[in-house]
Amino acid sequence: MTDIVSPLPGTFYHKPDPNSAPFKSAGDAVAVGDTIGLIEVMKTFIEVKAEAAGTFSDYVAADATPVSAGDVLAKMG
Amino acid sequence: MAIETLFIANRGEIAVRIIRAAQSLGIKTVQAYSEADAEMLAVRLADEAVCVGPAPAAKSYLNISAVVAAAKDAGADAVHPGYGFLAENADFARAVEDAGMIFVGPKPETIERMGDKVAARIAAKEAGVPTVPGSDGRITADEALSVADEIGYPVMIKAAAGGGGRGIRIAQDAAELARLAPQARAEAEAAFGDGGLYLEKVIVNPRHIEVQILGDGTGAAVHCYERECSLQRRRQKVWEEAPAFGLPDATREAMCNAAVALAEAVNYRGAGTIEYLYDAVADEFYFIEMNTRIQVEHPVTEMITGLDLVAMMLRIAGGETLPVTQDQITCTGHAIEVRLNAEDPLMQFLPFPGKVASLSIPEGNGLRFDHFLYEGYQIPPFYDSLLGKMIVHAPTREAAIDLMAETLKDLEIGGLKTTTPLHLALAADPGVRAGDFHTQWLEPWLDAGNLTSTDAA
Repeated sequence: MTDIVSPLPGTFYHKPDPNSAPFKSAGDAVAVGDTIGLIEVMKTFIEVKAEAAGTFSDYVAADATPVSAGDVLAKMG
Repeated sequence: MAIETLFIANRGEIAVRIIRAAQSLGIKTVQAYSEADAEMLAVRLADEAVCVGPAPAAKSYLNISAVVAAAKDAGADAVHPGYGFLAENADFARAVEDAGMIFVGPKPETIERMGDKVAARIAAKEAGVPTVPGSDGRITADEALSVADEIGYPVMIKAAAGGGGRGIRIAQDAAELARLAPQARAEAEAAFGDGGLYLEKVIVNPRHIEVQILGDGTGAAVHCYERECSLQRRRQKVWEEAPAFGLPDATREAMCNAAVALAEAVNYRGAGTIEYLYDAVADEFYFIEMNTRIQVEHPVTEMITGLDLVAMMLRIAGGETLPVTQDQITCTGHAIEVRLNAEDPLMQFLPFPGKVASLSIPEGNGLRFDHFLYEGYQIPPFYDSLLGKMIVHAPTREAAIDLMAETLKDLEIGGLKTTTPLHLALAADPGVRAGDFHTQWLEPWLDAGNLTSTDAA
């Protein structure tokens, strides 16, 4: 299992906008550089990108919730 | 009836500013805060503090019923909204009044009227304030040519039913307009089912100049001179001055008088700002909008006039008539404010919500630092990145720029990245020193690589 951790403190989002599907679902292939979520920090949205390839397991941090830098956002198999 | 207990429905540096003004008038303060803001400076300075909800602003500072209930429960008789959040929300102002409290600002109807672009433009025209020349309503593609001849090129063609920048085209001359107008009509028809067009003169490389006004709601108003706010990035002001440099006296007087006329025409109550575009080449100014709140950059006006605008707001809200007459308001020297944001200007202004490891603030004649920092304070990531505003006041503009550069070099905010390097580079730039800039100046200047790590002090 590989953890994807938050690079910054802020609010974590699973979706690019409220009406879209999450960036990744369980079983999806993940390539290096794929966006798996957004961190909103000081009114700026920063893309969280996968640093390793693998298969997406699930989000760990809930959608639209505050996270700290270093928190685990999602897991990959 | 003078205010006895003030509820501050905001956060950050402006909450601190409002508490200080209230304390100077002997008013008791109750500070609102979100769960993420329990440690902020305003909470420590206020007489009391009340949590109004979780970290996301939508659930706390923007939650009208929660904020009004908290103010009421705290026994407040007035609410100051600061800027941003609910400051220009007419429903909030009405809810505060309906709960039997004073809203420190204009009446809800004024917020509504001046917040509507079309209604505000009509109010400005009726008060004799120049507006950007346009077609005054919808026109056909055929009528566009004769209207454009009247107002002068370049012109902007907009879909009357549009919004958000859709369907906007710019024509430099009649030939281009003849070609673009039918296209714009067809596109508007397809997009909105309405081919109506609207034409507006393009003001090329305008400056942003705004006039501070105060009104007491009885139809009397005064101006506190103007501010120059042309240095902007992504439509956010980064550096502001007062007064505006290089403005002919007659133009300054016309701008200020027009602002007073508009404030009086709408029976304005409290502090407000009339924003203009200024075409320096043609020496013409045009109303763009009115802001019905205290603004971030109000300190530069306070420095040149010696007035406490926030205290004035509180006195007017408490029922006083205008505490100053126009001839008592004078303009002395030159003031500059720079906005220090928790961002790394050398990394595309990436937000940097860190912890304040150390803080050393220069003090001296003509210096003022409005902020909400203290050593050990963790900047929360949930709100905007403004940390504070360095403000300087000197006899001349040149001396003010020198003083700003010296002061910023002496300011130490450890543990954070801030926009200080940007302001030092601006203070050293010959174009800024010469006053040779406009609202379209800063972004190309940054894109051209004028800010590099070697400038960072």
